[in-house]
This record gives sequence, C-alpha cells and structure tokens, in this order.
Amino acid sequence: MLNVEHLTKTYKTGDKALSDVSFTVEKGQVVGLIGPSGAGKSSLIRCVNRLVEPTSGAIKLNGTDLVGLGAGDLRRARRRIGMIFQEYALVERLTVMENVLSGRLGYVSFWQSFSRRYPGTDIERAYRLLDRVGLIDHADKRADALSGGQRQRVGIARALSQEPELLLVDEPTASLDPKTSRQIMRLLIEICQERDLPAIVNIHDVPLAQQFMQRIIGLRAGQVVFDGTPDQLTEDVLTTIYGAEDWTAMRQGAQEDAQAERDAAREMARLGA
Amino acid sequence: MSSYPTTWKRPPQIFTHRGWRIGLQIGVLVWFVLAIGSIDANWERIIAGAERGMRFVQGFLQPNFTSRWSDIYGGLIESLTMTFTSTIVGIAISIPIGIGAARNLAPAPVYYVCRGIIAVSRALQEVIVAIFFVAMFGFGPFAGFLTLSFATIGFIAKLLAEDIEDIDESQAEAIRATGASWWQLINYAVQPQVMPRLIGLSLYRFDINFRESAVIGIVGAGGIGATLNTAIDRYEYDSAGAILLIIIGIVLVAEYGSSYLRKFLQ
Repeated sequence: MLNVEHLTKTYKTGDKALSDVSFTVEKGQVVGLIGPSGAGKSSLIRCVNRLVEPTSGAIKLNGTDLVGLGAGDLRRARRRIGMIFQEYALVERLTVMENVLSGRLGYVSFWQSFSRRYPGTDIERAYRLLDRVGLIDHADKRADALSGGQRQRVGIARALSQEPELLLVDEPTASLDPKTSRQIMRLLIEICQERDLPAIVNIHDVPLAQQFMQRIIGLRAGQVVFDGTPDQLTEDVLTTIYGAEDWTAMRQGAQEDAQAERDAAREMARLGA
Repeated sequence: MSSYPTTWKRPPQIFTHRGWRIGLQIGVLVWFVLAIGSIDANWERIIAGAERGMRFVQGFLQPNFTSRWSDIYGGLIESLTMTFTSTIVGIAISIPIGIGAARNLAPAPVYYVCRGIIAVSRALQEVIVAIFFVAMFGFGPFAGFLTLSFATIGFIAKLLAEDIEDIDESQAEAIRATGASWWQLINYAVQPQVMPRLIGLSLYRFDINFRESAVIGIVGAGGIGATLNTAIDRYEYDSAGAILLIIIGIVLVAEYGSSYLRKFLQ
C-alpha cells in the first residue's frame, strides 16, 4: 500500500511542480494519472522513488517513509519499486538478458553484477519473466535489435525482476502505435492482477486510461483536481483537467483518429473481399 | 503576370551596415600586408638552403635501409615498446580521471581536481614534458614512456569525460531506479554507452603516441626519433629518408587497422 501525504515539489528555478498532493493506492490497484503536459505527472512518480527529490510531504510504502532515507536505505527502498519508462530506457548495448537481470542490481554485490554471475534463482526468474512477456527466444539479442513493443516488454520484465511491491509506469505507450499500446496496457494490467501489485501509470491518452484503469487521478498545475473511477470522468471533469480549449481539441483529435481507423478497416475489408 | 523578383541575394548576417563591411575588409588587407612585410626573409640563405633541401629530398627518394639497419631496427623496437606501454598505462590512469571529470557523475570537488589534472596535462606540450623527464631520468626510452603516458592522460580523460557527459540520461535513470549502487551504475549504464568510443580513442591515441615518439626522440627521449636525429646530424639523408618512410608506413597501418577495428566494434 502506498500513502502519499501532502507532497510538494518546488524546483530550484521556482517552478512549483506539485502542491499538497495526497492519495492512497491499495494493494492490486492500478491508478491512472492524467493531466496536460507540465501538470506534474512525471515529477510525481519520480518523487515516489526519489529520482526527483520531494520538497516536503511524506511518501509511505507499506509503512516506510521514503522521504529522508539515507543513500543505502534509499537503494534498498528503490529495489522494492519497479519503474517502466516512456522511451523504454533499456541499456541499448547490453543484451536483453542483462537488461532483465539489471533489475536485480539492488540485491547483488558489485562483483556479482560486474562478472554477470547472478544467483541461479535470479537467472531462472529472468527466463520465466521473458517467457511471460513472450521474448524468451530473444534473451541473447542486444536490446537495440528489438522493436518498440518488444523493448517495452523487456522494460516490464526488468521492473518485475525486482519483485517489486509497487510499479511506477511513466507514459508506457507514448512511443508506440495504437495497437501495440493496447497490447502493452493489457499486459501491464494482467501482470498487476496476477501479482496483486499496485501501480501508478502516467498516461496522456485519456481513452486508453478510461479503457484500462480502475481508478483515475487528474492533475492540473500540480494539484489533484479529480480522483475517481473512469465512469465518473465526465466531459465537465475533463474540461477542468485539461482546460476547455485543449480538451475540445483532444476530443476532436480522438474522433478523427477513430474515424480514420474505421475508414482504414473498411478499406482493408474491401480489399480482402 | 507576376511581378515577383527573379534574383535574390543572401542578406548580410553579422555586419549589416555597408560601411562596416568595407572598413573591415580594408582593415584585414592592411593588416595582412603589414604582417607579410614584418617577416624578415633572408633570400641568400633561402637559396643556399634550397640546395641542402634538395639533398634531403634526394636522400628521401633513394632511401637506404641497409647501412644503418641495426640502429633503425633498435630505434623502431624501442619506439613501439614505448608507444605500447605508454598507451596502456596512460589509458588505465585516464579512465578514473575521466569518470571523475564528468559533471553528471562526480561531486564538485572531485570534478575540479580531475579537470585540473587534465588541464595541466594538456597545457604542457610533449616536447617540453620530454625535456623535463630527460633532465630528470636521463636520456632514453624511460623518459619517453613517461612523457607519452602523461600526454595520453590529458587526451583520453578529457574526451572520455565529454562522452560520459553526453550519455543518454534515461538509461542511467532506469538503472538508478533499480536500486543500483554508484559502481553498478557505471558498469551497467555508463560503460556500455561509452565503450565503443573509448576503444576508438585508444586506438587513435596509440597512433598519435607512435608519431610523438619520433618527435620526442629528437630531444633525447629514445626511440626512432633518436635514430632519426642521429642520421640527420651525420648528413645521412638516405638513412633519414628510410626512417621517415618506415614511420609513414607504420602510421598508415595503424590508421587502416584502427578504422577497421572501430567499424567492427560499433
């Protein structure tokens, strides 16, 4: 369980990214974090594992406050939190297997990781996870030889190899096409359900969030302006989150996309017939 | 009919005023003429020297590998040994200094110390360092080895640090998020990103060190340079030509070899 209490982040430049953000994520719950660019979504999830240092407030993961931990304790806390990134953030020149095993870095000594001699249980887990995400045959390939969707699967396997108690997911589908995006979202949701794993997912694609999330938090200018189920996410609420102009533009964009997809499908059907 | 212009000239970008441009052009011309005029050329000496220069060129065209072969061979082996050892030692020392001089990895005090070492190593030209080491350790290849190692540090550490500062931060962020320690971060996120360039730079430095070994030999730091210097002092331009040809040959081999290796490593 994750408790975020009165979290505030002010950057050195004076930009206030988050002000007094509070919420709780229960075990097994997948929360979508929506909001316009610059609303503080990215700062919020990076505050949780302290890639970004919070200015004030508390972040409690299963009782431990992560704010104010020293370097060693912070590393031990980070290994309990898996993170999945927008541009996959795989180490491109390492093999897929090394990328998955790098999720264990917080658990092994420097020499074990340097000589790539991980414990048998870690290697077995890595193979099992690669099999789960459908990439077991690619274990020895270099990460930069994979496609976008495949790389994001490796990113998921790396996060899961940490045996995390929480998943932080930063725009997992922003670099993927619509079909692959849906596959990746489905995979994420399934995995969270299998493991009863709580997750915070930054997502700017509202229809995708509504389709997959159990709960949605809306951020605007660093403040929580909505917290509820996808059904409660009405036009009015979305207008509050995104502002009238932007939301209308986004909705029109989505409609045009849908129209284009339907046209394409019809075209395909016609050509097939 | 359209009345749009059919010619176009790029407008001046820096000095937009015509007067400034003309003034600047005249200024440059005057400065150039004055500078040429200030060069003190002794034409008689140049004509006399041309004859010696021709002898040198003729020697170069008829290289003599045989009469001083044992000296050439000894100098060559000395130079290659010096190059090889100094490159390896220099790189081994450069890596920690390069990591320390990368702003995104090192704390401020370490950063300034490492940048300072790099600045000192780069500020002192090889020949000056060689004269200093020859004075300290006497004539011979040991002074040359120290000189080249010292010069390698400034070169590799600076370029390595710059490459580390240019890495893709998101990969480092991902490794940091797993709970990795600083050493693990270096090994997993930084090393894979900078390794190909480090190998490329090392090969390039090997090639530079070989060429430099010929230069510093002239001030007494051993190697093929010492042999070359002796040959020139004795007016044996045919042997000097042979030495220069061998140096060119080895640099060519190093050049092709390293570009092939770099392609292979990408």
